[in-house]
Amino acid sequence: MAVTELKDTATDALTNTIIQIADDHLILGHRLSEWCGHAPMLEEDLSMPNMALDLIGQSRALYSYAATLENTGRTEDDFAYLRTDREYTNCLLVERPNTDFAHTMLKQFYFAAFMHPLWQGIAKGSNETLRGIAAKAEKEIGYHIRHAGEWIVRLGDGTEESAMRMQAAVEELHPYTGELFTVDESRQQCIEANVLTNIDPVKTVWDSTVHNLFEQAKLIIPEVPYPQTGGRQGQHTEGFGFLLAELQYMQRAYPGASW
Amino acid sequence: MYSQGLIGAETETEETAEFLDAFQSRIDAEEKIEPNDPMPHAYRKTLIRMIGQHAHSEIVGMLPEGNWITRAPSLRRKVALLAKVQDEGGHGLYLYSAAETLGVSREQMTEELLSGTAKYSSIFNYPTPTWADIGAIGWLVDGAAIMNQVPLCRCSYGPYARAMIRVCKEESFHQRQGYELMKSLTEGNEDQKAMAQDALNRWWWPSLMMFGPSDTASQHSDQSMKWKIKRFTNDELRQKFVDATVPQAALIGLTMPDPDLTWNQGKNNGDGGYDFGEIDWDEFWRVVKGHGMMNKDRIKARKKAWDEGKWVRDAALAYAAKQNSKAA
Amino acid sequence: MTTELMPLWEVFIRPRNGLNHKHVGSVHAADAKMAMQAARDVYTRREEGNSIWIIPASSIVASDPANASENFDPAADKIYRHPSFYDIPDEVGHM
Repeated sequence: MAVTELKDTATDALTNTIIQIADDHLILGHRLSEWCGHAPMLEEDLSMPNMALDLIGQSRALYSYAATLENTGRTEDDFAYLRTDREYTNCLLVERPNTDFAHTMLKQFYFAAFMHPLWQGIAKGSNETLRGIAAKAEKEIGYHIRHAGEWIVRLGDGTEESAMRMQAAVEELHPYTGELFTVDESRQQCIEANVLTNIDPVKTVWDSTVHNLFEQAKLIIPEVPYPQTGGRQGQHTEGFGFLLAELQYMQRAYPGASW
Repeated sequence: MYSQGLIGAETETEETAEFLDAFQSRIDAEEKIEPNDPMPHAYRKTLIRMIGQHAHSEIVGMLPEGNWITRAPSLRRKVALLAKVQDEGGHGLYLYSAAETLGVSREQMTEELLSGTAKYSSIFNYPTPTWADIGAIGWLVDGAAIMNQVPLCRCSYGPYARAMIRVCKEESFHQRQGYELMKSLTEGNEDQKAMAQDALNRWWWPSLMMFGPSDTASQHSDQSMKWKIKRFTNDELRQKFVDATVPQAALIGLTMPDPDLTWNQGKNNGDGGYDFGEIDWDEFWRVVKGHGMMNKDRIKARKKAWDEGKWVRDAALAYAAKQNSKAA
Repeated sequence: MTTELMPLWEVFIRPRNGLNHKHVGSVHAADAKMAMQAARDVYTRREEGNSIWIIPASSIVASDPANASENFDPAADKIYRHPSFYDIPDEVGHM
């Protein structure tokens, strides 16, 4: 009895963690897809969808795995389209509005710089399915770091206006980065089960990736006395309701229809 | 696409008869014309206009479908649509590149689009109010585009023909995506079926208009055919499209919104084909001239992206200039 | 109003090892790194290759079509450069 219970708690912890990561990817990919057709230059109208497709693709793989673990018949679309804001557990960073190209590239960079070491850890971890997902995702996200990073350097060290916009994006988004490194009970269990690595080395890698880039981009990391958190507990910023209203419109308007 | 690209093309040339004859012999021998080759002024102008308008159509064409990326009803549909709209951007890019070989810059072409001096396919001035419109666009608009584009792969101008080969290769998934989407709606509930039929009703006639004015009314087809820029007339392509599409509609239980549509065994040299009703050319010209429901919104959206992107492009150029001066 | 032009780069892709890089099109970008990323994002979405070359379009030197006949026609009658010019007995087989 105790053993089964233990196993169930471990499965729940794993499922919760996977859904958190999946939510991060879907919401960030969704935000990025809002740019499609409106990019600052045509080449970027090809680049941003590439990254959005990577992210949404990763979320689909993760939702499908969560559905298997849960074994209640839910599908990837049930996770994406039929949960309310309180049930979404993405971090706040990924749901922040695009605002401008500087904000968007910075959001991508912060997240990619976090996921890259996290995926590397997962790829060497104890869960076989996740190892498979991580092996593919790690390469994709590596490119995101490079692509967003090159833009950040150019914007930070470009014109007076771009430098100002880039630093403004840093001031606005940096307070949301702390939440990336929060470890709740589910994640703690995953760390103990060697599914995820410890968060400290992930944070160290992230810090140095960000630090190195900002030095090149002439950006200053602001002091953050009060980090913004809440997403992991389903407490989201106001814009998130509108994001879901758009994302889920069809499934809500035509319940039960298949597309 | 879009033989509408030939509307207003210049056909007068000043070159000597000898030069024009020599050029025509190259064309007649199916030789491709390449960027640095001597070519009649009007050939160059016609191509710049046609390729430019084709490129603009791809770029503006991202907007009506892009309208549904954030609302796609499943994750599978979402990635397919995003990849498709991205492809349209790619096609615009290949085409701008092809036009640039003729001595016009992408910036120049973009400014012509935004100022309204360059046209794009009028089909994109219709709105996409429902999800079924995404199916209708893929099936009908891309279907019509493919009819136009396949012969363009043999266009006499090398860079255009090569761009079209790439475009056609990539586009093969677009029409299937649209048709599959429509099919899934016709297999769904009553709301979904009605949504599919409604979209077909709205997109059928504008799709037929995509092939441009009727041959009897089109002034520029002759010269373009002679130069093998175009290989078929507007009416020939339109007929091919109707003949291919009518059975596809029947197969998924949709009704074409044309009471005059009838099979005529005497058409196409006895192979048979469909007679269809009169196209509303007043509507066509009205939309071409800027009075469609979405004309203003489309240009406004493109202008917004271009204007708001300026500081980004400027930053990239400024950074590159700094790096170059450091290296020097 | 004049817009500063974003430089044009020609893109070459090698489909797989053992083949040549082949011209596939062009991209606009302010510098080489951005051009490389653009080339990757535009021209390799369908596994078209495993290596990319980019070259500033302005760096390409092309032969002048006006010289085409001088350049290329003289090769036409040098048939002794081709193996079929030489008669050898059939019994020799492939050579």
